[in-house]
Amino acid sequence: MKVILLGPQRTPTLGGVVEALELPGPIATVTAGWQEREPADDELNELLAGRGVNLGLYQRWLDVQTRDPEYAAAVRMQRELLDEVQELYLVRLDYAMRSAYDVQHRPSSERLRDDALAEAMEAVRDLDARHLDRLGHLHGEFYRSWPPHERPVIDEHRTAVAALMRDAAAVVVTGGHVGVLVEVLHTFNVASSLGPLVIAWSAGAMALTDRIVLFHDRAPQGPGHAEIYGSGLSLLRGVVPLPHARHRLMLDDAARMSLFAHRFAPARCVVLESGSRVDLESDGTFPPNVQVLGADGRVVSSVAA
Amino acid sequence: MTTVSGPDVDRSLAINRLRERRPIDAAAVDRFLARGDVPIVEGERCTFLFRGEADAVHVVHRTVGLPERIAMVRLVGSDLWYVVVELPHGSRFEYQIEVRRGDLHERVNDPLNPRVAHSPVGSSSVCYARGYEVPEWTRTDPAARPGTLTEVVVPSRALRRDVPVRLYLPARFRATARYPLLVVHDGPDYLQYAAAKTVLDNLIHRLDVAETIVAFVPPGDRLVEYANSAAHARFLTTELVPLLESTYPLVGTPPARALMGASFGAVASLSTAYRHRDFYGSLLLQSGSFVFTDIGFDHGGGPAFEPVVKFVNQFRAAPRRVVDRIFMSCGIYEPLIVPNRSMAHTFETAGMAVRYVEARDGHSWENWRDRLREGLSWIYPGPQKFFYE
Repeated sequence: MKVILLGPQRTPTLGGVVEALELPGPIATVTAGWQEREPADDELNELLAGRGVNLGLYQRWLDVQTRDPEYAAAVRMQRELLDEVQELYLVRLDYAMRSAYDVQHRPSSERLRDDALAEAMEAVRDLDARHLDRLGHLHGEFYRSWPPHERPVIDEHRTAVAALMRDAAAVVVTGGHVGVLVEVLHTFNVASSLGPLVIAWSAGAMALTDRIVLFHDRAPQGPGHAEIYGSGLSLLRGVVPLPHARHRLMLDDAARMSLFAHRFAPARCVVLESGSRVDLESDGTFPPNVQVLGADGRVVSSVAA
Repeated sequence: MTTVSGPDVDRSLAINRLRERRPIDAAAVDRFLARGDVPIVEGERCTFLFRGEADAVHVVHRTVGLPERIAMVRLVGSDLWYVVVELPHGSRFEYQIEVRRGDLHERVNDPLNPRVAHSPVGSSSVCYARGYEVPEWTRTDPAARPGTLTEVVVPSRALRRDVPVRLYLPARFRATARYPLLVVHDGPDYLQYAAAKTVLDNLIHRLDVAETIVAFVPPGDRLVEYANSAAHARFLTTELVPLLESTYPLVGTPPARALMGASFGAVASLSTAYRHRDFYGSLLLQSGSFVFTDIGFDHGGGPAFEPVVKFVNQFRAAPRRVVDRIFMSCGIYEPLIVPNRSMAHTFETAGMAVRYVEARDGHSWENWRDRLREGLSWIYPGPQKFFYE
């Protein structure tokens, strides 16, 4: 399978990319990240030369909530549990990250400071890993308790989604709310019906990874810590997409960004700005000349893996 | 902050260039006043002006650090009065003009300045020093879908009256969703003088603040109910919140319950959380009237503050964690800045996560309005981190 990651589509490049690929047949689209605006896909469909087939995953999700209230209530309880787990993780993460920043800026001898910083970051990486494991465990438990395929309404939608995807030459996943995207992609088992090509950007790109990293340094309450949110479809491993990186991250602060890069290494932190395009193959090879965060915290071009 | 007036001649100031002109006739003053906004803001120096016959004219205000009455000087040969006041970058300065004619003293808003700030006790003129701008998110944004305000009358046994609460439901409100709750003291004033509904609409639209249900609660006898009243705390905790949680799709857990208030309303918020520990998760306290005494009994606040001082002294003697998170703000030009700085430290030592911000502003509704983005996004952060378009 091939995955093409694009930069944010405020100035669209999708049309040119799709046209050049000369794809046969319809193209399935996922705009669930737009939530209530999911059906407002006219512009998207125009870029796809009218071949877009919206899977309508958000509307299907709302339908499940209406027609299967028992499952919806279980999902809500699960969400509350996951939110609580996330909060606890964030409390611990805050201490761990502040410790790393403090060490990084301490005027100690370089060697001592580097050793201490490495240990501080190891603690952060360990916390991230445990959190990801915990989330995976909780998701697994939930799906064992509430097997989606045994819910008639979900099963009905899964069948319909699979039918729509059967003849699709590609699947396009747009941006929006990454949490909603991941939820509906999992619920309707989109991964099992994917064809040879997926094109995605922004939240859509993040939802394809094995480890979703949320980030926002320009929040009104000040820079936050990047946080692990769970696993996406895991089509992409070892990649952390950073859409709108220049807008959302303090890229000018190389010291801060070096910790960011180190924290998620060996994964590549891929800077996705307007006009970006990264072609990735499922064999895990990483192409050259992709804008990534370097170990020193600066944006550099990748070399071939 | 220092005041400058009188004979210093700095030609960079418009008023001094006018002073050097001869003759200064009425037409020259007319042209001078027609040139731009009053007060004239030039760097950190703001020239206040008044035109008219008088025996004395003062700029009067309640900004700590400046004389309460700043004398204006008459421009020789004219009916123009002026004083130059140094206002630091980013300051917002509320004032009035006091005019004395014989034995008659009259306080009015600055007739030459159309900018006026309103409050429940009246209005006053406002000078925006260099660097201050009204935050754009306090103004109506046509792109922001408006939430709705409905009135819920809550019969209260605790207060022995019906309380007409105005309830804000965010745009795109859905009965199947779950929302956090914010209870706002002096609710009608927040709506009227701090543009609270517009601010909520905008900040929710921009994903800065979580979709939240907000209860705007009016006070009865404010100085009694908000001064550490058990009845008020009981009303909120055992009547209002349970009623709302049984009627609306609220999360209904401590992290999703917050209290907010300014001045005495901040005291009421704190004392309610203090009396009902582990029920609320967050407090948003603006210019809290946290008056206390370290020794003796002279707190200078008058009889209305007696129960407040008693409560705050009690809290300070044995600080305890009453919520998880507190956002505090205070203007550095208000007398309450000292107790607020001290209380921020007290809250932190009690183990609460505190975000404390100061502004070059006074004890005013516009100061409280301007801090809402930082405060609300701290209490209930919006889902911005989830959105990547």
